[in-house]
Amino acid sequence: MKRFKILKSLVIDSIRTTTHGSKKYHLWMAFLTFVMLIGMYCYSIQLKHGLSVTGMSDSVSWGLYISNFTFLVGVAAAAVILVMPTYILKDIDFKQAVLIGEGIAVSALIMCLAFVVADMGGPSVLWHMIPGIGVFNFPNSMLAWDVIALNGYLFINISIPFYILFKLYQGKKPNPKVYIPGALISVFWAVGIHLVTAFLYQGLQARPFWNNALLGPRFLASAFAAGPALIIIVLAIIRTYTAFKIEDKTLKKIALVVTVAAQINLIMLVSELFKEFYAPTHHSESAYYLFFGLHGKTALLPWIWSAISMNVLATIVLSIHKLRNNFKVLFFACALLFIAIWIEKGFGLIVPGFIPGSYGKIVEYTPTGIEIGVTLGIWAMGAFVFTILAKTAIKIETSEMRYKKLDY
Amino acid sequence: MENKKWFSLNLSNRKKQSIISCGCEKTTENCNHNLVKDTEQKDGFEQVFDVKMNRRTAFKKLTASLLIGAGAVSTSCSVITDDDTKEKAQIDWEEQFKGNYKLMTDDEKNATVNRLVRSYELRTGKTISMSSKNAEEDVLFGYAFNISKCKGYMDCVSACVEENNQDRNSQMQYIRIHEMEDGKGLNFAEADDNYYHEVPAKGHFYLGTQCFHCDNPPCVEVCPVKATWKEDDGIVVIDYDWCVGCRYCMAACPYDGRRFNWSNPEIPEEEVNKEQHYLGNRLRKKGVMEKCTFCIQRSRKGKNPACVDACPTGARIFGNLLDPNSTIRWVLENKKVFRLKEDLGTEPKFWYFMD
Repeated sequence: MKRFKILKSLVIDSIRTTTHGSKKYHLWMAFLTFVMLIGMYCYSIQLKHGLSVTGMSDSVSWGLYISNFTFLVGVAAAAVILVMPTYILKDIDFKQAVLIGEGIAVSALIMCLAFVVADMGGPSVLWHMIPGIGVFNFPNSMLAWDVIALNGYLFINISIPFYILFKLYQGKKPNPKVYIPGALISVFWAVGIHLVTAFLYQGLQARPFWNNALLGPRFLASAFAAGPALIIIVLAIIRTYTAFKIEDKTLKKIALVVTVAAQINLIMLVSELFKEFYAPTHHSESAYYLFFGLHGKTALLPWIWSAISMNVLATIVLSIHKLRNNFKVLFFACALLFIAIWIEKGFGLIVPGFIPGSYGKIVEYTPTGIEIGVTLGIWAMGAFVFTILAKTAIKIETSEMRYKKLDY
Repeated sequence: MENKKWFSLNLSNRKKQSIISCGCEKTTENCNHNLVKDTEQKDGFEQVFDVKMNRRTAFKKLTASLLIGAGAVSTSCSVITDDDTKEKAQIDWEEQFKGNYKLMTDDEKNATVNRLVRSYELRTGKTISMSSKNAEEDVLFGYAFNISKCKGYMDCVSACVEENNQDRNSQMQYIRIHEMEDGKGLNFAEADDNYYHEVPAKGHFYLGTQCFHCDNPPCVEVCPVKATWKEDDGIVVIDYDWCVGCRYCMAACPYDGRRFNWSNPEIPEEEVNKEQHYLGNRLRKKGVMEKCTFCIQRSRKGKNPACVDACPTGARIFGNLLDPNSTIRWVLENKKVFRLKEDLGTEPKFWYFMD
């Protein structure tokens, strides 16, 4: 009974925390709400007229939604970079950041699920996918695996921080015996969600561009570069605008992880390019289309070349100690890397998988305004969820929000 | 044969199993589902709650109460609802929460077919006939395409569209005829599948593609909800009402065999083919997959698919692969046949040959 009382008080305190704040905070939340409303309006148009309002077609049947989904799975998986050192290797430098990292994972996963739902032709029959009342094609379909992987990871990443914050809220110390097993599972699970998502594409013999053994490992490398890069940027913002102290040491350690992952990602890119262009076969046509264009169709060229140049530039900058340890340069490089990998996962991976089509026909893909509107709306929702989670977590961690302490 | 690591189509000694199907895809010995369920009416959610009695009855009660609730809401919201509107709402509700066709008993299949026929009658005043005929024993359908004979008239394409009630707005077509230049072999990349000129064009030959009804279909493997499967007579079908529209099957198909309803399909009422099959040409809705079903509504009645009958040159041959006297078997045994992308191990039941 007492627990429910504490929980009730926690919910009330959290609501009070998230509805009060500075003018900047309110402006930020109002802006996100506005973008979300635009997204909902666009989605209502899509619901009414069907997916024909998007740029997708029978040739390119997945587009912006699935691209963002793929990218965000990587961002979610990257929380493991903070979880493992903190809970398992007991590295105190990461301790301050770990809850923020888990918050990013939760909001990224919510965005993933939203993108999948937005991509569905029949969202009203999605209950067919719920194990128990629907029919689940497990273990044959990788999509069925992915549903389990994503929801499981979401559960782990909600429950561990919730337990820790719930204890801290009462002024108690969280018991490591309770959360360490969960953290341990989450480490493997994080690698799992990203590999499973890669297998979703990798397992299709119909799409030679995806059907290669490097896809899974490369997903991991790029995820461990883009995810922590986002975490660095978010931590930098948090330490500028809130009382939450994050030490330089923490940022520098995460930057090292980003650097190594970005380097590995580049090596794998070189390996892929070598395979496609040294002895090109019929199966290299998608790569040719992506990097050089085919038969005068060149829609993806600006995307992929800007992604590659940003990627290379960011990796070089990060590899030089002097530059990496300069925070202004570090944040810039992280932003570059984040955008570069976002392009690489979307326009550089999902779209060219469908071009040229099964019989060599080239139909290009450009997202429509409605598609972009829904996408922005979902990103705003992710930012909204993260802001709420982070604000509550920070208030509890800085001991400002405590059970039966009403003086803030 | 036994040690082969990959899948291969076997026509000579297909294992004959008299399986009492319970939908769990296991043989009778391994299946631990109770097979006495024919005695009971099962529908919707209950298909998966078929293990314990108490749970099932509990769920039945839950569904019944939901039904009453929905009925109450629909009547209380409108004072002037007539019986037809109520019946329509009732049908829509039951259709929304019905189960996967593949797992239905014959009675349930009949029930949903009757609901769909009645629903069409309520909406348009016209009567359709819809079949839920199952696959017959010792039948495995196959198809052969004579490249030498096809002249690119596209009569098959229009016959297919009319027969299978495809969306006229987006001009959806299951069949593609590729016009290829002589002397370049099977060069799909340079072929034209969207020509508007007199045929046969000089120096060209024609080749048609559609769903190949693979014996090892990748599209079936990837579907997260088992909304598409291979029937016992080899036809790969889709339950349009169970499909969630994720389009994973579309990405998995190496032959461009599948089509998606990007918007609400529209067919003028007078053009609707009213001889329908649940797994075949019945009307679809937006957001679901569809494709060639070898005209299941015709082939299960012993007729040829519409494209075969419409072809003026006799380039298309259809028949039972398990019948040693069928034309298709004669073609396979006497012509040099080949299939597309055979290295993928999909084992299409669609062969090409030349005279």
